[in-house]
Amino acid sequence: MCDSCGCSQPENSVTITRPGQASSGTDAADHHHTHHGRLVEVREAVLGKNDGIAAHNRDFFREKRIVALNLVSSPGSGKTTILERTIRELRGEIPMAVIEGDQQTMLDAERIDATGVPVVQVNTGAGCHLDADMVHQALHQMEPEENSLLFIENVGNLVCPAMFDLGEAAKVVIISVTEGEDKPLKYPAMFDAASLCLINKTDLLPHVDFDVARCREYALRVNHHLEFFEISARTGEGMPGWLAWLRSQIRRV
Amino acid sequence: MHEMSLAISIVELVSEKAQAAGARKVTAIELEVGRLSGLMAEALAFCFEAAARNTLAEGAELLIREIDGRGNCLACDHSFVVGSLLAQCPECGGYAVEIVQGKELKVVSLTVDEEDE
Repeated sequence: MCDSCGCSQPENSVTITRPGQASSGTDAADHHHTHHGRLVEVREAVLGKNDGIAAHNRDFFREKRIVALNLVSSPGSGKTTILERTIRELRGEIPMAVIEGDQQTMLDAERIDATGVPVVQVNTGAGCHLDADMVHQALHQMEPEENSLLFIENVGNLVCPAMFDLGEAAKVVIISVTEGEDKPLKYPAMFDAASLCLINKTDLLPHVDFDVARCREYALRVNHHLEFFEISARTGEGMPGWLAWLRSQIRRV
Repeated sequence: MHEMSLAISIVELVSEKAQAAGARKVTAIELEVGRLSGLMAEALAFCFEAAARNTLAEGAELLIREIDGRGNCLACDHSFVVGSLLAQCPECGGYAVEIVQGKELKVVSLTVDEEDE
């Protein structure tokens, strides 16, 4: 602990551990600093600007009665395939639009475009997540309809997107059965931030060791409010539950 | 590496406040970082150095005050310090825990050199 200001050195946030061992932190460096000059009080959240834009997006969604869902997962869990299937099933019933987030390429936007719903691709370059301003700018490009569903497919990344509020009604975290069932334990922040969990690619369950019950149990340890649907976007198995959930969200706004 | 985005957000916020205060240079930035905020202090310090280049915050020292995570068990109402979002109640073993503290990420204050020094 620093005597002059009470701050603590950022120690032990990286731990290096062999299996069977107790965690050991990295050695904390010596801590020297002096304080002189004038103190300016700030007391503002680091993400205050993002949160302000997210609130603005949220106001827009409320006004237009749009249900915005932020879809988050590791790369390759099937987010885009789920969207293609969902759009095919709900087309003609509920107006939909999509904001696609990827570091590079228009590939996902082209897949969604082929389904006929409005889509905007956000390429983040080196960025690992979407932020509220990117969504705000995307909204200006597309003007989604009233009483519609807006799917925001975040950059495939199970870590960073958890921190950034986009103004969405809910985060939907997707895990596929080709991943480990222990993902909720390894990446708890995303499961903590989500309201709904889709367990995708269930058609592959006979071929993999994924234990669905254990995955659910792990995820519930992190977030006891989490709801689940087990689906296969490829075969359509389990989709009715997810579609019913989407309809219920539209009715609520 | 969301630390880079956070570092840029910190530099933007700090520059704005420093300018408003008529500062010539920011020498220290005091941050409050919850241990459950998902922020790696080492990575932030590294990114901050790059993000602060050619701004009023260049060379400023980051003083990080870490805030313990705290949870309340919804089953037995026990309140305890938690080290991760995967919190188990030490009293009853339950996992239904409400996190009430530890996700903070805040700029508390700046130390600045005055314009006319």
